[in-house]
Amino acid sequence: MQNNFDEIIEKLDNGELWDFPGGVFPAERKTLSNQTPIQKLPIPEQLYVTVKQHIGVEGHLIVEVGQKVLKGQALTKSMNPFAVPVHASTSGEISAIHKHVSAHPSGLPELTVQITSDQQDKWTQLSPMVDYQNQPTMQVLAAICDAGISGMGGAGFPTHIKSSPKKDVDFLIINGIECEPYITSDDRLMREHAWQIRQGIDVLCHLLKPKHVLIGIENNKPEAIEAIQVACRENPNYRVCSVPTKYPAGGEKQLIQMLTNREVPAKGLPVDVGVIMHNVGTCFAIADAIFSGKPLISRVVTVTGEAVEKPGNVWALIGSPVAHLLAHCEYKQEVQKQANIIMGGPMMGFSVTSELVPVVKTTNCILAATDHEVAGNNEQACIRCSACADVCPASLLPQQLFWHAKAKELEKTQEYNLFDCIECGACAYVCPSEIPLVHYYRIAKSEIRVEQEEKQKSDKARDRFEKREARLIAEQQARDEKHRLAAEARKQAMASSGNNSKDKIAAALARAKAKKINSSEAEHKHKEPTGVTLADQSEAATKTDTTASSSNQRVQAAIARAKAKKAAAESTHPKSEPNTKNASDKLEEIKIEEKQLEVKQHETPVEVITEQPSKVEINTQADNTDSPAPQHQEPDKAKSKQAKIATAVAKAKAKRDAQKRANDQDTTDPVPATKMHNTETDTQVAPAKTEEQQIDMKKRRIAAAVAKAKAKKAAENAAKSKEDKSS
Amino acid sequence: MTLTYAILTALLAIGVLALIFGLVLGFAAVKFKVESDPLVEQIDQILPQTQCGQCGYPGCKPYAQAIADGDEINKCPPGGDGTIKKLADLMGVEAKSLDAAHGQEDIKKVAYIREDECIGCTKCIQACPVDAILGAAKQMHTVIVDECTGCDLCVDPCPVDCIDMVPVANNASSWLWNIDAIPIKQIG
Repeated sequence: MQNNFDEIIEKLDNGELWDFPGGVFPAERKTLSNQTPIQKLPIPEQLYVTVKQHIGVEGHLIVEVGQKVLKGQALTKSMNPFAVPVHASTSGEISAIHKHVSAHPSGLPELTVQITSDQQDKWTQLSPMVDYQNQPTMQVLAAICDAGISGMGGAGFPTHIKSSPKKDVDFLIINGIECEPYITSDDRLMREHAWQIRQGIDVLCHLLKPKHVLIGIENNKPEAIEAIQVACRENPNYRVCSVPTKYPAGGEKQLIQMLTNREVPAKGLPVDVGVIMHNVGTCFAIADAIFSGKPLISRVVTVTGEAVEKPGNVWALIGSPVAHLLAHCEYKQEVQKQANIIMGGPMMGFSVTSELVPVVKTTNCILAATDHEVAGNNEQACIRCSACADVCPASLLPQQLFWHAKAKELEKTQEYNLFDCIECGACAYVCPSEIPLVHYYRIAKSEIRVEQEEKQKSDKARDRFEKREARLIAEQQARDEKHRLAAEARKQAMASSGNNSKDKIAAALARAKAKKINSSEAEHKHKEPTGVTLADQSEAATKTDTTASSSNQRVQAAIARAKAKKAAAESTHPKSEPNTKNASDKLEEIKIEEKQLEVKQHETPVEVITEQPSKVEINTQADNTDSPAPQHQEPDKAKSKQAKIATAVAKAKAKRDAQKRANDQDTTDPVPATKMHNTETDTQVAPAKTEEQQIDMKKRRIAAAVAKAKAKKAAENAAKSKEDKSS
Repeated sequence: MTLTYAILTALLAIGVLALIFGLVLGFAAVKFKVESDPLVEQIDQILPQTQCGQCGYPGCKPYAQAIADGDEINKCPPGGDGTIKKLADLMGVEAKSLDAAHGQEDIKKVAYIREDECIGCTKCIQACPVDAILGAAKQMHTVIVDECTGCDLCVDPCPVDCIDMVPVANNASSWLWNIDAIPIKQIG
């Protein structure tokens, strides 16, 4: 049962708190870095501003390469409620927008705006909202969103969404716990900027209207507690709670449990139990955005570890490469056996893959630890000691989760509430076998997520497939119906017109018969060789076969037959005729050349030609189809895919050639000599090819290659002639 | 007489009780009927819905029907061993390894049309089982990456071979925490 508000206040008044289960007490090591004030850093030469730095959707880029930007100028625009913009951290020029190694454990490159600093650090115009109390809530929220503020504690949830809950808020909890070892950025921020943090809390109170504000600070930071207490003295509604030091007291659910004894339900949000939590860093950023109009472009980062000479806290511009911070704090790589820089704390952080990884809005610590500070990877078998279960702050069974995660039994891991794991690393910290438990959970979680995504995708695919099937069936039915109706209409028309139509059919049949008789008569006469039909051609070819006596003639006849066949096939596909004018011009030229060559080469008796005037016609025609043949071969006949490709390529080439020629004609006067030259080269190849064709009709691929070569040659010649002309 | 009477009463009482319970059960069977998923639907839920036809059936639903009618469960290469395992659980049969005759499990891919080479023949549009290709006759076509199932069916019909199957790029949200795969600089 949820504790009611008054009970909680009463208990807090008595100076008592609740507790959460489990927890560990690792060495704090905070004095390494919390002794010196936060330092300002010189502006780095290059800044890498990752476009997506929060949970949700990335903004829409509104800048381009080469553009000059001023400090605080927005680089992206939020088009979605879950998108927050990013801003230029200093003035300069955008040198690139590209994929850059990201501040993510995977180090996978993500879209990044690279800014080359001009070292002027010139601000853009700022628009503060000092009278926020008189402004509508939506306006204040928009200002927070436009300032690019997302949670600075860890996950990076957009602040404006968290600040506009749909439910009543009992408690606004400000998280200044900072329970992870080494990290002191919030500690220093609270000590030095307590007043501004309080201003941020004021803004949040205006937005959320909580009944009470609790500021949780671990009792190992007495200076910070005191500073905040002084800052909040005027407002009795703000209560600073000193929380016992225990890891992970800074976890959202754990802190809520400690301060209010309310448990956030699984898959629920803190607001379900009437609580909203913000980090102190976020409060500071909100105050910056509202009272001075400054967007979130810098944050406090702890640079610590024994491998840095001067550990401490620095104000780092968002987008500064890690190397810049380390150089300032004098990182000594030689003390590490293997370069290892951790972003975040030792419990939940991750090793960065490159020193160019930029600081993002959630980066609170850069840890360069020596080898004795971090545990090596020395995994051994689980001995079932159950120490992990004792320390789990979420009361899970890490052992069972580990078994199932390792065995890839994803459903079982979900039965053991894998998704309630906050990945705090307490279990791995106490494990005597040094099993990297959290690592296994993360793998299992991402596998489950990917599986769910795939499931969604497959559901969508199924839906689309079924809709398409339905559409195709409907279309088919509509077609059938149309045909049926048309047929019926015809039938009706027939029935209504009666004998009349039958007479028409009879008349048409008679006409057709008469035509046939006429044409067959014409065929016997062979009076017009130029107007012969295709049937005539083939018939003539057969005739040649019978009349020819010499072997030379026989060969010719065979060629003619083959060619006639081809010509017939071609003319049945009139679509494959070349459609460019130039190509047809070329065809004509080749025709003439061919005719001459044919006569010369074969030395056919003149009688044969005169007797069979159609033969030459066939030859030349068929040759025509041969020499430019591959350029317009019938796609139906060329069944193999390669032939198809060859055709497409040859077509494209012919087109290009034609274009070139057209260009030539445009620029210079048409030179007949060049043209003649072109056609000559064409015809030189042609006779050789006719031999091949005789052997095997199917060798069209070679023909295509020859055609390609020819086209190339023609193009070259054209180019040459152009050059000649110009010289 | 009393004995007969007693027997009759008992029979009558039991008969009436049987009738009442029968009616109650009959009513409950109609009123509280649980709509169970037909087997085909359940199988279809498990199949990856690439609609690639590698199993020899024209889509996932027909294969689901075939499995329900007793066909082998190891004919789905896009689903791989995971799908076979789930099908085996559902059908109560032993999980087999993937039938090599139908292809091998491959990394996830999507189709990509090299747009300057596309001649606009619409053949791939007709081949796409999930309407993931956009375009019109003699206009350039393009693939809607989010809808593409990587089924490969558009590659063969393309007369100019301008469709590539591109592996899906890994991003931070689909990354599987394979930390070991990250190169770490080794010093001296």
